[in-house]
Amino acid sequence: MALQTHICSLYPMRLYFDAATPPSDDKRWKIVAATMRKLGNSRSALIEALHSIQQSFGYLDKPGLTFVAGALRLPLSKVFGVATFYQHFTMKPQGRHSCVVCTGTACHIKGAGGLLNSVAATHHLKPGETTPDGELSLLTARCFGACGLAPVAVIDGAIVARLTPQALEERIEASITETAGVPEKLAPHAA
Amino acid sequence: MLPEEIKTMAADERRKSAEGLVTLSVCGAAGCQALESDTLRTELASAALAQGRGPDRCRVRRVGCLGLCGAGPVVSVEPGGQLYQRVQVSDASDIISALDVGQLERIRLDPEIPFFRRQHRIVLENSGRIDPDRLEDYIAEDGYLALATALSEMTPASVIAEITKSGLRGRGGAGYPTGLKWSTVAKAAGSPKVVICNADEGDPGAFMDRSVLESDPHRVLEGMALAAYAAGATEGYIYLRAEYPMAIARLKTALRLAERNELLGNNICGSQFSFRISLRLGAGAFVCGEETALMASIEGKRGQPRPRPPYPAESGVFGRPTLINNVETFANIAPIIRRGGEWFAGIGTGRSKGTKVFALAGDIQNAGLIEVPMGISLREIVFEIGGGIPDGKRFKAVQTGGPSGGCVPEEFLDTPVDYETLTRLGSIMGSGGMVVMDETSSMVDVARYFMEFCMTESCGKCIPCRAGTAQLYQLLGRFTDHQAAPADLLLLEELCDLVRNTSLCGLGQSAPNPLLSTLRYFRHEYEAAFLTAGGK
Repeated sequence: MALQTHICSLYPMRLYFDAATPPSDDKRWKIVAATMRKLGNSRSALIEALHSIQQSFGYLDKPGLTFVAGALRLPLSKVFGVATFYQHFTMKPQGRHSCVVCTGTACHIKGAGGLLNSVAATHHLKPGETTPDGELSLLTARCFGACGLAPVAVIDGAIVARLTPQALEERIEASITETAGVPEKLAPHAA
Repeated sequence: MLPEEIKTMAADERRKSAEGLVTLSVCGAAGCQALESDTLRTELASAALAQGRGPDRCRVRRVGCLGLCGAGPVVSVEPGGQLYQRVQVSDASDIISALDVGQLERIRLDPEIPFFRRQHRIVLENSGRIDPDRLEDYIAEDGYLALATALSEMTPASVIAEITKSGLRGRGGAGYPTGLKWSTVAKAAGSPKVVICNADEGDPGAFMDRSVLESDPHRVLEGMALAAYAAGATEGYIYLRAEYPMAIARLKTALRLAERNELLGNNICGSQFSFRISLRLGAGAFVCGEETALMASIEGKRGQPRPRPPYPAESGVFGRPTLINNVETFANIAPIIRRGGEWFAGIGTGRSKGTKVFALAGDIQNAGLIEVPMGISLREIVFEIGGGIPDGKRFKAVQTGGPSGGCVPEEFLDTPVDYETLTRLGSIMGSGGMVVMDETSSMVDVARYFMEFCMTESCGKCIPCRAGTAQLYQLLGRFTDHQAAPADLLLLEELCDLVRNTSLCGLGQSAPNPLLSTLRYFRHEYEAAFLTAGGK
């Protein structure tokens, strides 16, 4: 992967074990540091640390991974390996709104495919992609455990039940219109 | 809390609810919450107030799952035991005014329908009856009584003896005898020992563990503490999926309350026994439901399985002796200790004791969560409890065990549900997902769906699983595209055999199950796929 070669060329081995300094003085890094400290900065804190970055910033990036690697005294390759192994972690910035279509068995049988196709057609998105204007990300999930209400999707964190392609479209449109013209609160963190 | 304090709190709580108080319980599990049950709850509370029923006369509270998710949001009224289904926010004031005159027929849900009547609730006994965020509610239902009794009156060996007597087997799917597992860990050398609760419910179509954790989290904590006492462990982990935010929140609250009241932590219930539980979140890897992969993930590594032996009981997480059980297994422990192993062994069949929770979903009238005694037939589950297939369609198959299980066709619907029978039918008990499919579902498509699942979820460590599932997926693609040749069918079978027998862990070993079971019962659908291409 492109990112992997990139990291290796930018960060030579000796840097991996350097004392950890947060990538910026963004306050959210304090939350990440506190998460690791609570678990004694032990290597087993890695996944919890990645969760806390993703929760605070929305995605994982190179400076963040380097920070965690330094704090937990882990090689960056290990950190990168874990970050890419788990499907929940994303290394791409997410859109302002997210639509996660459940592809569990019950939703599959009840027409999750149709939901995905319809979003793909209207917004020209494949699962894992974000619209060029950064408004909407389309994702899939294995199962939200709301099988009794299949098919479901999670739009901006809320489960929406018994969907049809049309209802899904309307719901997405509504959430996009709601924030149209309002500037985003969270600044991109790499700054 | 000391045992006496627990008893006092329980008595206080029970007295309060007996004082002529009307209680409206609104389902607050993830399913009903998606249907705005939170707004409904506030609306009910203000409607009650508006009609002159203060909190001393009418209490509106949030409870865990009431079971019938397909009819959500569900509201129950006590005393009286009435149920309302598909309740809209606009129904709130009508429900309150109907309290004195009987019930609101328009949205009434009959509590006597087979869906409720045919169930036997042990794991779910408090589900939908208590507020999961209130410790007092759990204690009023005899919660933590088993732990307090065990710590003051039983030795660890007698706890294990009771569990062994009950015949309880692991509810995660494989069905390993729980008593045996516990005694192995108890005998293992080395300390500190660890207890892990596997709450990485990855099977798509299964939501039993989510529901138990959202509805009655203390029950799982009590089960874990009893296991720790029995095995001599001092540390515990709950490994929970990140996809279940509500379960995470409720579990955190429960942990905090239990620690504050000395039901977890140091000197539990005034005894010498100490046990701490930490929460670890998964990150979306199905393979982490496999015990060795799960332990690698707790250690902060990639969730890749390793060969066994050594078994977790000898060398588990961080190299320590580890007892690992599923959520539902732990949820069975407290009732067994409270009521005795013999009572539990009296439920179920010869080798499968007790009850099993199933998540009923798919093409079925009553989608939801059910708990039934082992040995019940699939037909009773699908047609009586589940209410049959909607829209007048015909039943085709029921899928149990998720990506590791198989499809059972109509002719075997009368066989009893237990570990051995389901395995004989080419499926597995699994963790309890049950997806019903009607005549419009293509079995080849279902097999391909699960194969795609296994392919993307394969961790990549062993070749049979990594490459085998990918090849099987592509081969199945030829069938769904009607491009298959008869030789492809033989190749499929040969490859299934290879993947099943040479993969490292359960994921690969069971990945061919959905394919093989559909091939066994619906071979004609596969043959139809190459006949159309070959007939030209």
